[in-house]
This record gives sequence, C-alpha cells and structure tokens, in this order.
Amino acid sequence: MSAVVGPEKISARGSAGLRAGEAALGLSIAAFLLVFVMWPAASVVYVAFTEKGTGAFTLVNFHDFARTDLFVRSLWNSLYVGAMTVLWACVIALPLAVLTTRFEFRGALLIQTLGFVPLIMPPFVGAVALQMLFGRNGTINLLLSDWLDVKIPFMEGLNGVIFVESLHYFPFILINLSASLRNIDRSMEEAAQNLGSSGFRLLRRIVLPLAMPGFAAGASLVFVKVFDDLATPLLLNVKDMLAPQAYLRVTSIGVADPMGYVIAVVLVALSVGCMALAALVTRGADFATAQRGGGGLARRKMRRLETVMAYALVTFILLLVLSPHIGLLLLSFATIWSFSPLPDAYTTAHYARVFSQSALYVKNTILYASLGGLIDIVVGTAIAWLVLRTKLPFRHWLDRGATAALAIPGVVLGIGYLRAFYDVRLPGGVPLATLWIMIVLAVAVRRLPYALRASYAALQQISTSLEEAAENLGATPGRALRRIVLPLMTGGILAGFVTSFATAAVELSATLLLVQSNSDAPLAYGIYVFMQSPAGRGAGAALGVIAVVIVCACALGAQFAIERSQTVKGDPH
Amino acid sequence: MSARANPPAAPGRAVDIEIAGVNLSYGGNHILKGVDLRVEPGELFAFLGPSGCGKTTLLRLIAGFNAADTGVVKIAGKDIGQLPPWKRDVGMVFQSYALWPHMSVRRNVAFGLEERRLPRRDIARRTEAALELVGLSAFGDRKPSQLSGGQQQRVALARTIAVEPKVLLLDEPLSNLDAKMRVEVRHELRSLQQRLGITTIFVTHDQEEANAICDRIAVMNEGIVQQVGAPMDIYAHPANLFVARFLGAANIVSGKMIARGGERAFDIGEGVLLPVPKDKIIAEGAKFVFRPQDALLGAGADGDIAIPALIRGCAFLGSILRYRLKMGAADIFVDAPFHAGHKPLAAGEVAVLYLPVNAGRWLAG
Repeated sequence: MSAVVGPEKISARGSAGLRAGEAALGLSIAAFLLVFVMWPAASVVYVAFTEKGTGAFTLVNFHDFARTDLFVRSLWNSLYVGAMTVLWACVIALPLAVLTTRFEFRGALLIQTLGFVPLIMPPFVGAVALQMLFGRNGTINLLLSDWLDVKIPFMEGLNGVIFVESLHYFPFILINLSASLRNIDRSMEEAAQNLGSSGFRLLRRIVLPLAMPGFAAGASLVFVKVFDDLATPLLLNVKDMLAPQAYLRVTSIGVADPMGYVIAVVLVALSVGCMALAALVTRGADFATAQRGGGGLARRKMRRLETVMAYALVTFILLLVLSPHIGLLLLSFATIWSFSPLPDAYTTAHYARVFSQSALYVKNTILYASLGGLIDIVVGTAIAWLVLRTKLPFRHWLDRGATAALAIPGVVLGIGYLRAFYDVRLPGGVPLATLWIMIVLAVAVRRLPYALRASYAALQQISTSLEEAAENLGATPGRALRRIVLPLMTGGILAGFVTSFATAAVELSATLLLVQSNSDAPLAYGIYVFMQSPAGRGAGAALGVIAVVIVCACALGAQFAIERSQTVKGDPH
Repeated sequence: MSARANPPAAPGRAVDIEIAGVNLSYGGNHILKGVDLRVEPGELFAFLGPSGCGKTTLLRLIAGFNAADTGVVKIAGKDIGQLPPWKRDVGMVFQSYALWPHMSVRRNVAFGLEERRLPRRDIARRTEAALELVGLSAFGDRKPSQLSGGQQQRVALARTIAVEPKVLLLDEPLSNLDAKMRVEVRHELRSLQQRLGITTIFVTHDQEEANAICDRIAVMNEGIVQQVGAPMDIYAHPANLFVARFLGAANIVSGKMIARGGERAFDIGEGVLLPVPKDKIIAEGAKFVFRPQDALLGAGADGDIAIPALIRGCAFLGSILRYRLKMGAADIFVDAPFHAGHKPLAAGEVAVLYLPVNAGRWLAG
C-alpha cells in the first residue's frame, strides 16, 4: 500500500511554496465570498432579527409581518404563483421531454434549442409584449371575443405572472427532465417489458420515477427563479407578492425600515426550503443508471397520426414560447398598438430613438456583464481547482459559500449590498454602495454558482494522470496547470463565461436596487424604465430586441469557439 | 440458495425453442446470418462466442427486443415473432441486472406479478417464495444499492423466475461478479435451473463457464452458428478452426498435402511429414489441429506418430509444464504434467514428440 501513499507525500514535502500559494488563493477567495456574499446576506438577517436602535434580538418584526394582511397575502401569492408556474411549466415540458427522448422525432433539435429561451431574454421584457398579445384587449382576446364572444383572463393579476413565468422558465424542467430521461439505462425499461409492462404503465412505474431527480432539480429551480423575479410582477402591476414588497418597502420607506429585511429573510428561507425539499426528494435517489454501452432509452418510431399530433403540439408550444419574442418585435416596430390584433402601422423610429439615447445602456451592459463573467470564471475555476486538486482544509467551504448565492434572491442581495456598503464611504464621502462596480459584483455573485459548476465539470473530466504525465516530464505543478489543465478546460470555462455573461446582461432583480443614476444603468434597467410608461413601450421593446440580439450573438460566438476548441482536442470519448 | 421453497415452475412442463433461418441486420451490418437452432425442453443451453459474435443479439431477439429480418422463433411450437416483449412470457436476466433503484428488493420481485394483475395474496406469496428460493428473504426491504453484486444478481434472478416464464434467458449473468463468486454462482444457477426444470439459454463469452454447467453449447462467430453440441464433444471434435481455437488451446499446423508412393502425407516444412490415414477426406487448404495435452514428450505408445521437435522454452503453469516447440516449420505447444522434483527439458534440446494417430484433425477455416 505504501506505493499509493508515496507520491502524495513526496509532492507534499517537495512543494511547500506551492502549498503557500494554494492557501493564499483559498484565503483571498474566502475573503471575496465573505465580503460580497456572506456579509450582505448576514446584515439583512441581522436587521430582521434585531430591534431598531438598540440592536437587541427580537422576533417582533416577524410578528408584525404575520399580522400585516398585505404581507401574508403576498406570501401566499408568491407561493401560489411559484407552485402554479411549476405546474404549468410541467404541462409544457413533460410532453416535449418524453417526445424527444423516447421517440424518433425530427423536431428534437428544435425543442432542445428552446433551452436557451430563459437565457436570452428576462421574463419581464416579454411581459409587456405578452400583454399586447394575451391581455384583456390583446390580439388573442380581441379575436376570441370577435369569433366566440369570450375572453380568457390570461394576463389578469396573478394569472399574468404565472403565464409569463411558466412560458419563460419551463425549459429548466425540460432540460433537466430530458437529461434524466436520457440517462436511464435501456435495460431498466427492457426488464419491465420483459416482465409484462408496457405503454403508460411502464412510463408511470419505471421511467418517470427514475427521472424524478431531474424533474425535482428543474422544478425547484423554476420555483426559486419565480420567487426571485422582481420586475415581472412590477411591470404587470402585481404588487402583492414578496419580491415586489421587499423592493417597494426599501425604495419607498427607506433602507432603515426593518420590514424590507424581514421580507428578504422570508424570501431566503423559502428559497432554501424549496431547494432542501428538492434535495430531500432526490436523496438516495441518484439514479444515474446508464451503464457502459447501455445507451439511453429505446426510441420508438411514431405512427403517422402520432407524428402529426406531435408536430402540432410542438408547433403550438413553440408559438406560445416565442410569442413574447414575436410580440416584442412587433411592439418595437409599432406606431400605435391598442385595441387591435396587430399594430396600426410600422416605424423604425423607436430604434432611432434608442440608438441616439441609449447607447450608454448598451455600453454599460457589456462592461458589467463582461467584468461579471470574468470574475465568475476566475473565481469559479480557482475554486474548482482548489476543491478537486488540492488538500486545502477549508476548500469545500469555498464551494458551499459560492453556491449559497443560489439561495439568495436578487432583491435580497440588492438590499444586502445597500445595507452593507452604504455606510462604507470612499474618500470624498461617496457611499461604496452607489458605485457601478457594486452592480458588477452583484451580478458576478449571482452567476458564480453556474460558472463554478461549469468549471468544476470541465476540470473533473480531466484525468489527473495528464497532469502527472506533465510533472513526470519535468513541468512544475504551476506549469502543468497552465500548459495542460487550463487549455483542456477552455470549453468549460468559456461555457461558464457565456452563461454568466448572457444572464448578467439581462439581470434586473439585484440591479434595480443598486442603480443609483441613469448614467450607470444597464440595458435591463433601461428597458424597465421605458416599459413603465405606455409611451416608452416602443422604445423599451426596441431596446429589448437589441438585448436579445447581443445575448444571442455572444452565445452563438461562444458556442462556435467551444466547438472549435473541442475539435482541436478531439472527441473526448 | 434454499431448497425448501417450492419451485415456481413445475418440471415436466418445459418447452422447446426453435430458431429457423434467422437473419438480422442493423444499420448495414449483417449481425445474424441464417441462424438455425433447437433448444430442447429443460435444457441449459449456452450461446458462446467472442464479443460482437451476435450471441446477445440472438438472445434479445428471443426476448423481443430485436426483430429479425427473416426467419422464425418458436417457443413450444408457437411463432412468437409478432409478439411484443411484454407478451412473450420469456424471462430475461440482464447483464447489468437492471434492478430498478427506486424500488425495494421486494417491489422489484413483485413487479412482474403486479403487471399480470394477480390477486394481492398471490403476489405476496410468490414474491416471498422467489426471494426464499434465492436465499434473500431477509433482504426484501432493502434497496438494490444496499446489496452486494452477488445479491443483486440473485434479486434479478428472483424477479424473473417469480413470474414463472416459459423460458429463462441469462445475458452474461456472471460477468459482473468477481472470479471466486463466478464459480460459486454458476453452480447455484445450474442447480436452480435443474430444480425448476426450465428451458434456459445462457449467453457467455467464457468457455469454461459454458463447459462447466451447460448441457449443450452453440459456438457463434460473426453472426453464424459454428457448431452445436455437448461441451466435451465440441472440445474433442471441433468442426472448424475457429471452434478449435476458441475452445481451449489448440496447435494449428499449416502444411501441404503431398502424394508419396501412393500414400498421402501432410508436409509441415523442413522435411517433416505427417502420415495421413487412407480413407480420410480432407478439405483443400485444411490445417492439422491437435491439443497441447494430446502429444507426449519423450515416451509414447506403440503406433504413435513420432516426430522430432526442438524445445524452445517452457512455461510453468502450476499443474502442468507448457513447452514451446518447433515442429517442422510450425511453432506448437505441448503440455506435460508437473511433479515435484521434475526437471524440465532445456531449451535447445531436441525431443521426440509422440502423437496418437487419432489425436489430431485436419480442419478448414
């Protein structure tokens, strides 16, 4: 056994310098996470649980929360919207997932592309467009009342939020569920068939239970995202939900009012609770059953009628999912669009207006999102490396600390940043919280968990023997890292950067609170401001289209770069 | 495995399997080429061959997971080709066991009975009986992941035999077990199969496994059944070079048939000629094949063919010494039993090899 222990001891003895470097890196990341994740979150919790002025522990704020009808109603509304969104997202995602994984279906690629929908446009941008299409006097209801004399309240009150969010976030369930379905070993299904099971019973008893972990992961993600979304309810004029209440409380009454913090703590508790529930459901159920050469579920050819129905369903869902984009495009070119199924006339004036007035938004967005993405991949890759390749004692806490950002809704992080950094004054008396760099840090922290997972997965796939081979041929660990590991990780790092960049470019939940002046505002903020007034909708829509184009261009460019880097490396299998 | 439980399937009801003219192509690859086989009722029958020979494909064809392009598969005289897998009543134990991780052992075993909509009492009784049969009564509430590989294998078996299928198909059932377990479990499998009296097909690439427990073997290669027969018959009388090579070690000596004074001889180079029996019909291009243990070094019986051979080396394999020799132009192996104190022949010595007249065969590719 000594041969196994040997090499580790040797490298540990021979590289005290390296270990000091590891420790320094680990400590600086720990400091970053403490200051920009933990401290803001802790200060929110602190305010919620202490008496104003004295700082003594108290539950009176929560008592007030429970006694205030508005807050209790907001809580129930948020839970209701979250649950209904998950339900409707399932209704959309389940048939698509089953269709693409269990049948030979040509539209599979199209359906997989839907996975990008939540990335390229935040739901609030689509909300206004959906109102034009599905609102009380929107296209669909005008047509319905003409033909059938009925109106369907798609967009009334909470319905609107549920409708917008489920159209927007169902791909999270689709992607996770499909991945789970694809990972089921074919013999799992065949064994059931061999014992007499088939059709729907087989699906219900074997296939879906095995896909449960993926479903739970997707569903909890959707739930948390909906909780997190601040701008959609605000734009649809739904104020009695938790995130809008927290925001309104802080912006209207002030940073000192404890109620905003109490709501924030409730938001965090519910997000954590939801994720814990998902973890509980999937506990001991790591059903990654794919065996060597197993190769996923058997795909069945569809009969003619089934094919027609499948295409009809997919077309319908695609139209529905793309309706925010279609509506946005129409709105951005519309002169007047009111009480008519389609705009009265078309113009490019909105784009002209946006280009002349809003170039700053675009510039700010690219700056913030690139810096945020950069921070994410540097910190993410460093954490992944420390966790997977070193024996640093607190390395797993770095992973946990960065991942904890998932459980902090954007509005809570925004409030936390205001609270934690407002009193930190720069020379000249400017509060730190008002600097644009805080926006960058906030978006970076919000996207860090995703970039970390991407780096982690990329590094995990690289066998340590590749590094050892380099060291065996004389490379120091540092040089092996630079010449072997990082080049091999390029694809994963780039994927992490794109995800961070694309989502940071349209982030609003955290930034809405942190944007202090119009000159620091990013695109999403500009869209939000425009969209609030009917006169600004056209310009807001034009800006929305520009945001979508930027994000798509970056995503495609990165996809291209990733594919190229992978062809250079050769097929990893 | 306990013998107390009643066997789910009563012996005497065993059925036969008939496979006739089966061809199967997959994406342009002709995988099964005109397979004809008959498995007798109650037999333990092996499909033996190297990986990619089509043995698992043929097994899956019987289970209904592959469809033949041509040919028929009959069980008890009934063509089952058009039946979907869930209506075939053909029990299969998968190589990966395919135990459902979200169900307990008991639920796994009960599954097939539930799918058959049996009364609840019967399901419970037969599930327990199947678990008892494989000696896992105490493990019903565990999840598959909490069992050892050998135990998982038994659950897979119990799950399949609980539904009392007409035939049992075992796809490399021992391949996920360690070497010691493999030997243990294969005998358990054999005794269970005999107790149940169920017609069983056993897919394996391990000739020792097939030889040890199967009644008959079909040796397959490249989608073609090369030979069917009892293990000893096949070993002693391989039908072609592939079978000779695949089952155990074989010396395959190339040469040329020549006529010498009205008699034939097999010229194996460097002036060494092997006599050829008069009435033997030998195919064009055939090679001379014999097993390493068929030849004797140093001393033979009367009538043996004596051939000089040069010792090249010797490997000690425990109970035997395996000599590497040059006989004519051919490199061959000859085994000699090893006894303590025995001094092996040294490389470079010339020894005389005695080959009984009927030990070797002339086989074509």
